Amino acid sequence: MNILKLTEECFEREVLKADKPVLVDFYADWCGPCRMMSPIIDEIAEEKQDVIKVGKVNVDENQELAIKYDVSSIPTIMIFRNGIPVKTFIGVTDKTEILENL
Amino acid sequence: MYDVIIIGAGPAGVSASLYTQRANLKTLIIYYGKSSLQKAENIENYYGFEHGISGKDLYELGIRQAQNIGVEVKGQEVVNVEQLINEDARFRVTTVEGKYESKALIFAMGNEKNRPKIKGIERFEGKGVSYCAVCDGFFYRNKDVVVLGSGNYAISEVNELINVVKSVAILTNGESSPEFRADNVKIETKPIEEITGKDRVEEVRFKDGTTLKTSGVFVAQGVAGSLDLAKKLGVITKNNNIVVNENMETNMQGLYACGDCVGGLLQVSKAVGDGAKAGMEAIKFIRKIHNS
Repeated sequence: MNILKLTEECFEREVLKADKPVLVDFYADWCGPCRMMSPIIDEIAEEKQDVIKVGKVNVDENQELAIKYDVSSIPTIMIFRNGIPVKTFIGVTDKTEILENL
Repeated sequence: MYDVIIIGAGPAGVSASLYTQRANLKTLIIYYGKSSLQKAENIENYYGFEHGISGKDLYELGIRQAQNIGVEVKGQEVVNVEQLINEDARFRVTTVEGKYESKALIFAMGNEKNRPKIKGIERFEGKGVSYCAVCDGFFYRNKDVVVLGSGNYAISEVNELINVVKSVAILTNGESSPEFRADNVKIETKPIEEITGKDRVEEVRFKDGTTLKTSGVFVAQGVAGSLDLAKKLGVITKNNNIVVNENMETNMQGLYACGDCVGGLLQVSKAVGDGAKAGMEAIKFIRKIHNS
């Protein structure tokens, strides 16, 4: 399982120019609900490693990314395709609901 | 500390408590407000009552039955629930009167929704409208926000925000002003017409035509319901119900949900069955942590 630690520096290369869809989890260490989202993201990364990339953005350390993508509630999960966020889930979300949208 | 805290004193919560208390687990039921059961005039489709029974009577009998076997029952409004990490207790429930801790927690508080019917609320969800101060306050640092509500739950949300944001005002939307005074918190009782903005919340427009600029609207109307508390913990919900498996387990270890708050048939018989399952699973869980 390979979950990318996404930062402002690498976001363009790893997400916007990726050749596969990218699932991005915006989170913070102090956020209880984010801890509940984490194992779900891990499972998806494991199951779908051939078809998507999965990464996490720590919003404390990467506030510009949170502002750019208008994140005002965490966890927020976004699916990027060809550099564009095509689907957003706000709050802890069921695995099947995310998988249906990949 | 309690072994099990159950929020809700309707058929699901009481049924769960009968199992946990009889398994010698120290059990507390906390409830507030009116159960949907109490509102049912006569229940004729529930087992064992030849002439039916009024919802009010069945509800009261249930609570007395729990009390008779030693379950503690407190009528207190719950304003927050937290998961504790690296402590003996795994959950802390805060009411307007105190804090209570337990190893397992059961949600059985029904499915009352307190979503205000104000134009713009739904449109701006996640774009300035929030249902959880502790989760989202961070994004409103140095910004002006409002809390929509007038009760203890609204005040609890204000207290979460007060040290994070630039300013917070309480908007009661026509309800009477809460008994809450803080120098830096304005209270506005005028009825609201609409929440407006371009891509995000920018303004609250009142029915008298006046407006208030704001970056965020935190919704905390009425009493904290099952969905509000689930959201604070990170419990998965879908279509306004808490998601559980066949054993009433949520995605959080030690937390179970049963009765109307998990959806399905909104009937006493189903709530009682759900409660029994949740109670039995909580017993298994606590025995497992005691033996580990």
